[in-house]
Amino acid sequence: MKKKRLTFRLPKGQCYTIGVPYFWLLMFFALPFAIVLKISLSTPAIAIPPYEALFEYADESLQIMLNLGNYILVFEDSLYINAYLGSLKMACITTLGCLLIGYPMAYAIARAPKQHQTVLILLVMLPSWTSFLIRVYAWMGILSNNGVINNVLMWLGVISEPIQMLNTNFAVYIGIIYTYLPFMILPLYANLSQLDGSLLEAAADLGSRSLNTFWKITLPLSKGGVIAGSMLVFIPVVGEFVIPELLGGPDSLMIGKVLWQEFFNNRDWPVASALAIVMLGLLIIPITLFHRYQSRSMEKTI
Amino acid sequence: MNNRLKKMSFSTIMLWAGMFFLYAPMFILVIYSFNESKLVTVWGGFSPKWYGELFRDEQILDAVWTSLKVAFFASTMAVILGTMAAFVMTRFARGWGKMTLSNMITAPLVMPEVITGLSLLLLFVHMADLFGWPAERGMLTVWIAHSTFCAAYVAVVVASRLRELDMSIEEAAQDLGATPLKTFFYITVPMISPALIAGWLLSFSLSLDDLVIASFASGPGATTLPMVVFSSVRMGVSPKINALATLIILIVSLIAFISWYMARRADKRSRMASD
Repeated sequence: MKKKRLTFRLPKGQCYTIGVPYFWLLMFFALPFAIVLKISLSTPAIAIPPYEALFEYADESLQIMLNLGNYILVFEDSLYINAYLGSLKMACITTLGCLLIGYPMAYAIARAPKQHQTVLILLVMLPSWTSFLIRVYAWMGILSNNGVINNVLMWLGVISEPIQMLNTNFAVYIGIIYTYLPFMILPLYANLSQLDGSLLEAAADLGSRSLNTFWKITLPLSKGGVIAGSMLVFIPVVGEFVIPELLGGPDSLMIGKVLWQEFFNNRDWPVASALAIVMLGLLIIPITLFHRYQSRSMEKTI
Repeated sequence: MNNRLKKMSFSTIMLWAGMFFLYAPMFILVIYSFNESKLVTVWGGFSPKWYGELFRDEQILDAVWTSLKVAFFASTMAVILGTMAAFVMTRFARGWGKMTLSNMITAPLVMPEVITGLSLLLLFVHMADLFGWPAERGMLTVWIAHSTFCAAYVAVVVASRLRELDMSIEEAAQDLGATPLKTFFYITVPMISPALIAGWLLSFSLSLDDLVIASFASGPGATTLPMVVFSSVRMGVSPKINALATLIILIVSLIAFISWYMARRADKRSRMASD
């Protein structure tokens, strides 16, 4: 009832309030996707811009040429298929890694005394406010052949010559888990801190062991946080470019890197667009999953 | 009870191990920024000389200035757009307009950066083709790109604050004859100002940090700091970048500490007032 009174009173203002962000997002978010779709169906050409027009109007006839060749190429070339699979595998493993490290951390923060919680969450988030690039760069100095780890191990006499760690998939795993860990912890903490402690007490009073309580009460109740955190890691990692480029080697094939190379190095815009569209298709399920969680928690009124 | 203690200590151990994992690389970065030797990983004695080199590097200084300008204007625009969107999501009645808006505003949160960047670049190329605008990609196009994705973060932060607000105060103002616009600026904005500041700061740091979207959206005219750092880091580690990283870490920690301190003081004051 309250809402209705407010909204009916300002029909004109309401139009502007919804109109401005609406127009902006339509223009700079929705329309660009339509264009990507369009270019993914065009024929590559050596020109500026490097593709041929999709529609042609001449002699009173409208010609529409849809070129499916880019998609066929994407699905037939094993390079692209392997890049997609590589990205998905990387995203699965790193999401799991972040969850395994992040869940106990979020749990410990949520169980800490109230006045410490803010400081601890601040400490977790602080690294992610500094530069992302710098944090990836830090690992280059640690993992390289004459880096900190190899130097220490050689000094200790554990190894006689450096282990190759930089430019391998191992470095990419470490780099991704390191940079995305805060994004896993934050939603988990938000969820776990609202957990009703009396439920755990009741379970303990009824003789449930702590591990049992965890599996049957804490984990199911924190499902929303687990989904949100996992999606916040999984989705961007699939398209990740910087980390495999800087820490990975030639064998760490990921689709974000391939797309970047197609676009900037080969200047093949239609194939890059097709790669983006297929990537979106792969991500549509995780994105809707995250979105449903997000809009539910955004519209929830207290 | 014994069991529970044991599990708690497991998660506490994980917490500190995780904190070590998060902070150790940064400490190493800071330590090596004071390294005399040009080889980043070989210790050659203490020296602040790389900081001097950093401040003589015209390219980096120009890029810092460009990045700061873009981040300032992008986060301001993002706060305006994001606040409007958050207002729609929390105060307006259900409808298709609200639904599509809330779909569009949160989508950039999880969209892979390469896709956002690629799609925006193709849009700019098309627009230049059709209307001759933007004639050249540069600061303006990066500003548009950054405003769009930062607005999503602002919307989330502001919406969560708007939901907590007592709507009866806004209603009271309107019942006493304030126009909706006046109500918004005199009642709502002061009450959500912490969220507006938080959203602005978040946008500012996101914009300063972004490499992928800026690389797509930018042209030869504008090179942001992450673009310069990336092209230098691609060639390998360099002590100058370590010095730059140390300064960034220092500034971010300072801002975080100040805002935490001020939030705590405000919190204490409001608690004392309510007692």
